[in-house]
Amino acid sequence: MNGTIQAPTIEYALLAPMLVVFGAAIVGVLVEAFAPRYLRSAIHVPLTLLSLAGAFALTIWQAAAKGIPTKAAAMGAVAVDGPALFIWGTILVLAFVSVLLIKGEDHFVAAASAVPGSAEEEQALHEGAAHSEIYPLVLFAVGGMLLFPAANDLLVAFVALEVMSLPLYLLCGLARRRRLLSQEAAVKYFLLGAFSSAFFLYGTALLYGYAGSIDLAKISTAVGSVGGQDTLLYIGAAMLGVGLLFKIGAAPFQAWKPDVYQGAPTPITALMASGTLVAAFGALVRVFWVGLGGLDWDWRPVLYGVAILTMVVGAVLAITQTDIKRMLAYSSIAHGGFLLVGVIATGKAAAQNASALSGILFYLVAYGFTTVGAFAVVTMVRDAGGEAWHLSRWAGLGKRSPLLAGIFAFFLLAFAGIPLTSGFFGKYAVFQAAVSGGALPLVIVGVVASAVAAFFYVRVIVLMFFSDPAADGPSIVLPSRGTAAVVGLAVLATVVLGVYPQPVLDLAHSAAQSLFVR
Amino acid sequence: MELYVPILVLAVLAAGFAVFSVGIAPFTGPKRWNRAKLDAYECGIEPTPQPVGGGRFPLKYMITAMLFIVFDIEIIFLYPWAVAFDKLGVFGLVEMVLFIVTVLVAYAYVWRRRGLDWD
Amino acid sequence: MEPAEFITHSGGAIGVAWLMIALPLVGAAVLLLGGRRTDRFGHLLGVVTALASFVVAVLAFVQLLGFAPGERRRGIALYDFIPGMATKVGLLVDPLSISFCLLITGVGSLIHIYSIGYMAHDPGRRRFFAYLNLFVAAMLLLVLADNYVALFVGWEGVGLASYLLIGFWQHKPSAATAAKKAFIVNRVGDFGLLIGIFTIFATFHSLKFAEVFPAAHGASQGTLTAIGLLLLVGACGKSAQLPLQSWLLDAMEGPTPVSALIHAATMVTAGVYLIVRSGVIFQAAETAQLVVTIVGVATLLAGAIIGTAKDDIKKALAGSTMSQIGYMVLAAGIGPAGYAFAIAHLITHGFFKADLFLGAGSVMHAMNDEVNMRKYGALRKAMPVTFATFLIGYLAIIGFPLLSGYFTKDGIIETAMEHNAILGWLAVLGAGITGFYMSRLVFMTFFGAKRWEGDAHPHESPAVMTWPLIILSAGAIFLGGFLIVGNRFMTFLSPAVGLPEHLPEFNPVSLTGLVTLALVAVGAVFAWFRYGAAEVPAVAPRGSFLTAFARRDLYGDALNEALFMRPGQWLTRLAVFFDNRGIDGVVNGLAAGIGGSSGRLRRIQTGFVRSYALSIFVGAALLVGAWFVVGNL
Repeated sequence: MNGTIQAPTIEYALLAPMLVVFGAAIVGVLVEAFAPRYLRSAIHVPLTLLSLAGAFALTIWQAAAKGIPTKAAAMGAVAVDGPALFIWGTILVLAFVSVLLIKGEDHFVAAASAVPGSAEEEQALHEGAAHSEIYPLVLFAVGGMLLFPAANDLLVAFVALEVMSLPLYLLCGLARRRRLLSQEAAVKYFLLGAFSSAFFLYGTALLYGYAGSIDLAKISTAVGSVGGQDTLLYIGAAMLGVGLLFKIGAAPFQAWKPDVYQGAPTPITALMASGTLVAAFGALVRVFWVGLGGLDWDWRPVLYGVAILTMVVGAVLAITQTDIKRMLAYSSIAHGGFLLVGVIATGKAAAQNASALSGILFYLVAYGFTTVGAFAVVTMVRDAGGEAWHLSRWAGLGKRSPLLAGIFAFFLLAFAGIPLTSGFFGKYAVFQAAVSGGALPLVIVGVVASAVAAFFYVRVIVLMFFSDPAADGPSIVLPSRGTAAVVGLAVLATVVLGVYPQPVLDLAHSAAQSLFVR
Repeated sequence: MELYVPILVLAVLAAGFAVFSVGIAPFTGPKRWNRAKLDAYECGIEPTPQPVGGGRFPLKYMITAMLFIVFDIEIIFLYPWAVAFDKLGVFGLVEMVLFIVTVLVAYAYVWRRRGLDWD
Repeated sequence: MEPAEFITHSGGAIGVAWLMIALPLVGAAVLLLGGRRTDRFGHLLGVVTALASFVVAVLAFVQLLGFAPGERRRGIALYDFIPGMATKVGLLVDPLSISFCLLITGVGSLIHIYSIGYMAHDPGRRRFFAYLNLFVAAMLLLVLADNYVALFVGWEGVGLASYLLIGFWQHKPSAATAAKKAFIVNRVGDFGLLIGIFTIFATFHSLKFAEVFPAAHGASQGTLTAIGLLLLVGACGKSAQLPLQSWLLDAMEGPTPVSALIHAATMVTAGVYLIVRSGVIFQAAETAQLVVTIVGVATLLAGAIIGTAKDDIKKALAGSTMSQIGYMVLAAGIGPAGYAFAIAHLITHGFFKADLFLGAGSVMHAMNDEVNMRKYGALRKAMPVTFATFLIGYLAIIGFPLLSGYFTKDGIIETAMEHNAILGWLAVLGAGITGFYMSRLVFMTFFGAKRWEGDAHPHESPAVMTWPLIILSAGAIFLGGFLIVGNRFMTFLSPAVGLPEHLPEFNPVSLTGLVTLALVAVGAVFAWFRYGAAEVPAVAPRGSFLTAFARRDLYGDALNEALFMRPGQWLTRLAVFFDNRGIDGVVNGLAAGIGGSSGRLRRIQTGFVRSYALSIFVGAALLVGAWFVVGNL
């Protein structure tokens, strides 16, 4: 140690979107500490929405006015490049929409510490208690989501992963109804999340042992030059892969997804299914392309297998689901598989990489909006016990509420990838990139899996429109303005991206053009 | 690779023994069930009966322990800063203040939410 | 002269030509999705959107006239579905499409207005206007499309609207059957068109008119003939030409405004449009052109013969529609010399046939929805306005000198005569029969003795129904002369379809013209003696074998039944058998297999977090192992 520490430089302007979100989260904690109870929600909602909108505006301003940086920020720890900015924009919009959903109805428990079914719970409900902490928690999670795909070294990535995950673990356990299921989901998510984080950290340690650095760029150069340490490299890379694949719910690490998606409060599920997936994919692509880019001959076949397994497991298992949220969870697993096809669709040529990346980015936007919309619809179909999740309760919904059922059917068709919906172009872009990248067999599996998936999407549509409604079927709650706005926005995005995708495709393409900075 | 062979052999042997002894037990051992065997294991004490729903147990000590860890970590970060204080200059000072303020916010939350009250 | 170049355009009324399609489409969407809430103003919304569309069409027309003739093919880029693939969609505003737009929106608006009165007491009036709007939108897309795919979308759209409207009174089994029949017969035609479009794409690697037509001469004679014949099959289906004519007569089950709008004035002319629009392809394939003319002549005679024997006023008019479209197809098959006459006749026919149909609707309205002409008679006093306008339509269709039909139909006959004498004389014969059956229709309805049923109290229809009639009959009087004299329309149309080498001269005393007039007069006088002056029996006499032949639609249905339906039924049974035994077995087996494996795999999802952790661990081990294997390969 020769004591030559240099004061680091931090590009605050570049990191401003994240700082705004984190700052707002901390202010939110102060609000929790000092504001009287009746004022808290009234402060939190505008604070949260404004900070997300402000961060979005800063992101746009960064991309439009200042140009896309070509160098990693914060001493190489955070890479604010084209893909990162695009993903930030996506996450911020999706988070904004999810917050609208969160504030929409009573989704959250009155007092989390009260034992389900106990007298304390009764009393808390009676007093109208509420956990307004959900807003700062969501902001912290969103902050983590922003940092994760931009993290340019493995430790920052790990910190981001935890900052993103920990609030989500908590939020998962806060459902107002079916509390035991919710708490079970939270514990499962937490245990398995911790388990997978350990893999991530172990992988990081091994790669540090191999390359002597946790910086993705330095690892990348080491892959070409360090010899004789392949064992460390392979195990490290695989462990890292486990941690990342767990977050996107790729098979065989998908087991948590249905349980957690089902148990979590539906707005939180929407946030996880959209924002977390986007962030995790951003990070996965960065780690594999930037850090392990020189190793692609090794990881591509491995991911090949994972992608096939994920698509098949997601599509096949979804068929026998009888719970709408679990079905959407499996559908999310299958979509993760389709996205992995895009990750594999890389070649040595920069143009090929750019087209694969832009396909992934577009897919993420398209899927994110549709999935938030679908979960928003789920929040609106209710019976006495809260949301009606069992598919049999959805029978004949088309006769009861044609508009809502029509919208949901539309989302399902978008999931299935029917032309004139956003899902079509997402799949098209990813599969096209895969074909030109020489991964034709993978695309064939993908198309077959899509066909299997289409079966269960269409089955729900058939159920809604061609079955007789149950006598005591669920009622459709009149949506609050927030929920209605979410559904409207999701429909709009799904239509526009399906009919006139060019602007977003162009945007994704220009974001991908610069590829990742190193 | 040669270096690892003995370890590998040891690992295989150990794993083999473990699997063998667990696997053989159901076939060789006698099976006699009684209440004590089916009970929850609580260090040999009779388990205390729980109220319906699992009941509640106090978290007071745990909260205190968690707060301790938070400040512990703060100290751990303060220490290297103290070592490199002059080299980091104003930048280090600002960042450290930010860090402490952040921890302080959490502290304020705990305090206002009566996390520090023992009863 | 060759057609003009395609010019990319933006701005002005032409730039927003998509509004023409969008307005009625929005109307249809509002009315269909809005449900009963829109019952009160639904019909008005329908009329307003149609009229607004008409206004856009007129403005676009005016703007188009502002360009030099050689610059009147304006293409508007609208939408690029998949960048880099042949999926660019745009609109093409040229003299041909704008003529159709004016006809569709103009006559369409009048029929919308008329329907307010006609459907006043129908509980489904809102739905009716929604379908009418849908039709207008689809038809406009069909004619404005700048490529075959969008054309096909419009083509199917009008087919759908037609199906919905024929079966509008679904509670009548006959209407439901007729709708189904129209749909199925059209399907045959659509299939031909679809294969034609495929062939075009395979040959030219594009479906845009602007790219296909200039390249048409490069393709082989055989391919072009095949494309031409396939397009003709499509045209036959939509325009009720032999051998796909059988649906049109049954389609009269729909409300009368529908018959006027869709099954007389606009939709059934889509086939003519298709042939004229694809003229470049047909001109390069003589065989295809020959077949087109033969189909035209055969249909014009068949339709006329059917028209002579029908007692149902709407079916008689439907036979006449078939026949008149036969004339148009004949002219369209001749080439540039005939195009202008085909389209001009199409437009004038749109006016006078809509006039006749709406007149017939007015009569039915007055006679408690009675359609049997044998129960009419002497209505001219009871319904003076309807009678006057009907008379004008009648004179126009038989080609009474100086009315619209005289100019346009005579033009077709003259051109056909020059092209091929046999075709020409057959067309003349058709005109003579037209004179007979139309006179028969008028005499049975408005002249002779009252043969009304007991409770009939005929009365004139309300103004909202008569004014459209008056406007349409004005068109039936003047439009033909305006278009034909001085080759005005031919010159106007030439940028879209080209000009013949010699411009035709209008000759009021040509031999053909005189013979035609004489034959028409003979037909009319003959009809007067049989139906005007003589007693009309209340029940149709058995008549000769020829009458029976005509009454049974020339055995078209029997032929279809023997040739297609019965073997088809056998084929269906066979297919169902194999489907149940073979294919369903495979499909069900596959589904059961996937479902079964899904059920089995599902058991892995135990819900125990320990087994999830184990699966993660095993997965991690597999991943590490796989990486090793791959890395050390």
